[in-house]
Amino acid sequence: MTSLDQLFVHAANTALGLLSDRLRPWASIALRIGVIAAAAPAIMMYLTLYERKVIARMQNRFGPTRVGVYGLLQPLSDGLKMLIKEDVVPRGADRLLHLIAPILAVVPAILLFAVIPFGRRMIAVDLNVGLLYVFAVSSIGSYAIFMGGWASRNKFSVLGAMRSVAQLISYEVPGVLSVVAIIMVTGTLSLTGIVEAQAGRWFVATPWGFAGCLTFFLSGVAEVNRTPFDMPEAESELVAGFHTEYSGMKFALWYMAEFLEAFAVCAFTVAFFLGGWQGPAIPFWALAGLLAAISAAAAKLPLPVRFVGALASAGAGLLWRAEPIPSWIWFLGKTYALFFVLIWFRGTFPRLRADQLMGLAWKFLLPLALVNILAAGLWSAMPFPVGTALSASLLVVSAWALVRLNHPAQLDHRTYVLAD
Amino acid sequence: MTILGVGVLKGLGVTLKTFLETYPWGRVLLRAVGIPSANGLVTIQYPDERQQHSERFRYFPFLVYDKTPDDLRCVSCKICEQECPPACIHIVGPAKDEQGRPLKAHGRTYPVKFDIDMAICMSCRICVDVCPFDAIEMDNQYEFASPDRFGRLVFDKQQLLKSAEYFKQIKPSEAAEVDARLAAKQAKTAPPAKPAVPPNPSSA
Amino acid sequence: MSQTELDAKLLEVNLGPQHPSTHGVFRMNVTLDGETIVKLKPVVGYLHRNHEQIGERATYIASFPFTDRLDYFCAMSNNFGLALAIEKLGGIAVSERGEYLRVIMAELTRLLNHAAVTGFLLNDMGAFGTPLLYAFREREKILDLFEAASGSRMMCNYVRPGGVRQDVPPGWLDQARRLVEEFPRFLDEFEALLTENEIIRQRTQRVGILPKELAVNASATGPLLRGSGVNYDIRKVDGYSIYPRFSFKVPLGTVGDVYDRYYVRILEMRESLKILQQALKEINDASPAISPKGLALVKAPRTFRPPKGEAYGRIEAPKGELGFYLVSDGTPQPYRYHIRAPSFINLTILEDMCLGQKVADAIIILGSIDIVMGEVDR
Repeated sequence: MTSLDQLFVHAANTALGLLSDRLRPWASIALRIGVIAAAAPAIMMYLTLYERKVIARMQNRFGPTRVGVYGLLQPLSDGLKMLIKEDVVPRGADRLLHLIAPILAVVPAILLFAVIPFGRRMIAVDLNVGLLYVFAVSSIGSYAIFMGGWASRNKFSVLGAMRSVAQLISYEVPGVLSVVAIIMVTGTLSLTGIVEAQAGRWFVATPWGFAGCLTFFLSGVAEVNRTPFDMPEAESELVAGFHTEYSGMKFALWYMAEFLEAFAVCAFTVAFFLGGWQGPAIPFWALAGLLAAISAAAAKLPLPVRFVGALASAGAGLLWRAEPIPSWIWFLGKTYALFFVLIWFRGTFPRLRADQLMGLAWKFLLPLALVNILAAGLWSAMPFPVGTALSASLLVVSAWALVRLNHPAQLDHRTYVLAD
Repeated sequence: MTILGVGVLKGLGVTLKTFLETYPWGRVLLRAVGIPSANGLVTIQYPDERQQHSERFRYFPFLVYDKTPDDLRCVSCKICEQECPPACIHIVGPAKDEQGRPLKAHGRTYPVKFDIDMAICMSCRICVDVCPFDAIEMDNQYEFASPDRFGRLVFDKQQLLKSAEYFKQIKPSEAAEVDARLAAKQAKTAPPAKPAVPPNPSSA
Repeated sequence: MSQTELDAKLLEVNLGPQHPSTHGVFRMNVTLDGETIVKLKPVVGYLHRNHEQIGERATYIASFPFTDRLDYFCAMSNNFGLALAIEKLGGIAVSERGEYLRVIMAELTRLLNHAAVTGFLLNDMGAFGTPLLYAFREREKILDLFEAASGSRMMCNYVRPGGVRQDVPPGWLDQARRLVEEFPRFLDEFEALLTENEIIRQRTQRVGILPKELAVNASATGPLLRGSGVNYDIRKVDGYSIYPRFSFKVPLGTVGDVYDRYYVRILEMRESLKILQQALKEINDASPAISPKGLALVKAPRTFRPPKGEAYGRIEAPKGELGFYLVSDGTPQPYRYHIRAPSFINLTILEDMCLGQKVADAIIILGSIDIVMGEVDR
């Protein structure tokens, strides 16, 4: 099973082994850059299809079906369309900045891919300050957005850009603070190190990890401007926010940056809290028993089918011990599942208002992230049941208190008169 | 006081249910946990399948002829032209010979030109309501998109003519009503053996 | 000097006429201080189609298809309003079955309008169309009914003075009963999606409050007025058509904010379902769909010359009081034809509701008023 797990690593090593010793380091770098530069747009294109399909299904629709089987070629046709579209630059716009802004937005989004641990030993650069790198690079995006909004010479764009900068800066804070707990517990800034530290237990299964995961994910969602925090581009208010005046390939670049960053947020949440490339640390007999119980409980099926199903799942449970699923499938699977949550949010929620959004960041997520650091300290300093219980109760109490403090009489349940 | 967040989760539940309802495996899953589910896909893949329209579905009007295309029921009385709310009907007629006497085909006067500008027509059916001869009826064909607004969307008499058989085929019950009405009129006017005349408007 | 400094801080933005959420070609000239609205000027007229003038040159019947296009969501109730005015003017009796069919159509229209409007409101709030598409899914079912009865899904042109143009086809009533039976399930789902959602409550509660007095003074009608807690429903006040025969309630809001308007609409849908149930139970199969005089009017519109005089027919359209004012001079065409469009009159208080709110609020306040530009501009 390790061969499948390390498929890409071996392939890369074999290819590099053909070269001379002098070329190898350079070729290795080129290979990493090449893979990321090729994979990022491909991932983005299919994320658009994924999103369109899922949202369509949530709205009783089919989604794209026309181009290719199941619409699988739709992203290509969209890309082509974007390429051949006219590139409109408004009169009076700052042409240079207008051109640079979308590129500046895409570059950090792609740079983030360098430190995503896609699988065991499948990381382009295992930086020992990976975590700092993530936050440093991801915050460059706000420059691009403000630059694009300003250069467009459009009031909607400027409004959107201002909102965006405010939002990004605000959500950076709880986002960073929520991973401080991880640094405390693992003692490393390297993403590989963080993932490996979760071998026995994913961090999301601890009280501080759960709260941290929620805080990090929510602030991540806000940072990449996705519903319900998609203030900067707020279609119904600001037409399209900072990219109102963009068309053609420049618009596609904005979109690409947005999707790649959203993907990166999911990937980092997986790496930090959801065990990264590791499968769930469930004993194999528990899994087999669970699967057998499920198949036995499917009472609607005829008996032989149930029997075979039980046998098959018991077999699957045995197989499980051999870790049949490669690490990169675990990682990508979890990331896409998390991306589904993003799409799910988008399909369900309206957006918050700009000031409410700020309120959520500063009045709820930030204090919670601070308390979370304390909770993580308690958890690691105390022995097992005491620490867990203490940190869990601390988090619950503080979350409750924060809700009570923040939650003015605004959300009321009303009774309506039914007059004659 | 309800717990904050429950409403949000409820909403997520609704969309997830709809999502699952669109897949067969999702419906099986929903039924397994005891949620009744119907096929969630409600849109129609248009060019491949078409919506079933009801019999009364109306789009643009057409002119009815009985057996041969020159045996049209229209006598060119121009009531529809006058009553058409957007004024999209243009009739030249009735046809006359050099002396100015009306020409007749199958015992009826007929229009020389009968144009309907489909780009203006708003499918209101008033022309059908006011026609005393049941000569104009509503068609249910609707795919007339054309880039040529003045050429292809102005229908002349030839394009408008459709047989009574066709009418019977697309709108059986309405055609039956019309036939009964025409038969009654024929029975009434048959003894003096005169073609039907437009009823005196003041008698109505 | 200080004046210029003060002005320089304000940003003037034109929301519309090409804007994703102005419900058509409507322009809001908004002056912003940061994101807060300090001045808002609604600009209408982009969709003016001369409807009233056309009505004065056309016969009474020929105005019906044009009323379909006033509030293109509610063609049936628009027809109903004009029919009421013409009946008053010409003294035309309405057949029993015709009355029932009209009420059924009008209430179905209310269902589809309120569902769709709630969907649009959520779109304005930034939902990615999901509530709207759920509403449209149900709306399609109602439109199927309209198509089966009138031949057209949206531009029905169905109600006539004296009744309705044509009786409904066989089996239609059963189909309608089935729809009325199934509709509450959709409403429950819709409410599960929206009513308790914290984000929606956060966005809508205490936003765009319309005080009772202002609502009355601005002659607002419909859910906008009732959301502010004024008990005024023309179905109750006027008791036109056969509404007094049905038992139904008028839901009233307490605060008068966007949320109240939203919820009053949901409750009104539930009340409409009650009316529909009763109407579909009581409808009489024996009488014709249109009274004899009405039928004659349809066949020969020029012979209908109402006596000199004036008439005002009004109904509780889904958007508010829809009134048709007709003056006859004894000719086949009305001398004066005027429409009291609820969308237009409700829109006049937009600025009062929006001042001091954020841009995002202005959009949802506009959405909660429920306007259709076809009716505002006529």
